[in-house]
Amino acid sequence: MNFESELKKGNFLISECVHCKKIVWPPSEFCNQCFKEVSWRKSLYEGKIIEFSKQNNNYFCLVEIENTIKVMGKISSGIPNVGQHVKIERCGIKDDNYYFEMSLI
Amino acid sequence: MPKVGIASCGITKFTKDDSKIESVLLKSTKNLFDNSPNLSRNDIDAVLVSTNNNSKYLSAILSEMSGIEPKIAHSIESLCNSGTNAIVSAYSYIASGLADAVLVSGAERYDSPGQILEWDNSRGEFKHPIFWASIFTKAYKREFSVTDEELAIVPVKNHKQSQNNPNALSEKTYSLEDIINSKKLTDDLRLLDCSRPCTGGASILLASENTCKKFTDVPIWITGIGQKTTSAGFTKNMSFSSMESTQIAASTAFKMSKCNVKDIDVAEVHDAFSVCEPMALESLGFTDKGKGIDMIKDLHATNNLKINPRGGLIGSGHPLGATGIAQTIEITQQLQSCANKRQIANAKTGLVHNMSAAATSSTVLILER
Repeated sequence: MNFESELKKGNFLISECVHCKKIVWPPSEFCNQCFKEVSWRKSLYEGKIIEFSKQNNNYFCLVEIENTIKVMGKISSGIPNVGQHVKIERCGIKDDNYYFEMSLI
Repeated sequence: MPKVGIASCGITKFTKDDSKIESVLLKSTKNLFDNSPNLSRNDIDAVLVSTNNNSKYLSAILSEMSGIEPKIAHSIESLCNSGTNAIVSAYSYIASGLADAVLVSGAERYDSPGQILEWDNSRGEFKHPIFWASIFTKAYKREFSVTDEELAIVPVKNHKQSQNNPNALSEKTYSLEDIINSKKLTDDLRLLDCSRPCTGGASILLASENTCKKFTDVPIWITGIGQKTTSAGFTKNMSFSSMESTQIAASTAFKMSKCNVKDIDVAEVHDAFSVCEPMALESLGFTDKGKGIDMIKDLHATNNLKINPRGGLIGSGHPLGATGIAQTIEITQQLQSCANKRQIANAKTGLVHNMSAAATSSTVLILER
């Protein structure tokens, strides 16, 4: 299963090593600890804000998902706080870049 | 380990010129030859080119244009710390006996493709370096209760210091108000907090102990090397208010050189953005965590040039592939007591800190007279 082809459809998949039982990030066919093949599953689509800043009127933040994966994305509305929980509302690939749009929980 | 030293240097002015990369490489190499009357083309065993430019086969091209027929010729790329990576490779060739004298030439154009790491998709649509710099700045300010006004002292100091560097891109000084009132890129970063991409070249000749002495009366020895790469992706950093790779690289370099941070008389640190200077000073061990700004305030108030005497990346400009080499040239000139108005009296031991991609990789060099 190709991570990017699913992301294009708006699905955020996570690669997990069958052997180590650990999340492999960035997404890869092989575990970065043991090189065994990974399995793919849907993300919980939830994370927590590690840090954030603002450009013009738009907040962008660094979010940790499932205590492992960190990505940067947009906050759709509201004022974020560090440690606050967020939901990934939308994700995909636009102009060759991944994008993640989160809402505050 | 056999001694490896710096035998000669050459540099160009850092500009916004639309020059061909080959021409930039050739200019600093020519300057190096001009500075070393005893150097002949046959003395050079290896030519290493440091750049992020997409042109191919540049070391062979530079060799041909310079009339050198080296045994070893290739390029080295590692984003912003390509320059010190090339110096470490040159050191290794000499220490292993594969080469006796190595020319390292770094160059970049103002429009370098090395400014954005396209691979790092975990940054989402926020791939430009201003976004990792904003996260670093916000995290640093939050953790240590530092203000924008305090961080603005870094560009004030470094632009001031660059006015004594004839090769610097910056041509003026700025006040704290100028920095604070400069264009707001994000809530946590202003235009004058940033080092600027530019066109520039820097070359250095490394050689074994005896060969070094043929070309200079004052060889400078590379006595410590530390390198660490913790990841490629910005978001893999464990801390956003300190530089883990820098801390590890510094510890390795100090151990190799058998000296410690108190022995350092002068240092070039990688101030890609304002916040990077205090973070680097803390991670290198010059001061405690959160105290970097206090040290910078004190240096600025007393006109002490110890940190970034040539103006750092913010004052000098940041031609990626040339930066680490230009930093090493500055420390070399300081230890040779030929840094003119930038000279730190009686400098005997110096440090170079050069890093890449939000401190995911760092090189630390210790240089001694």
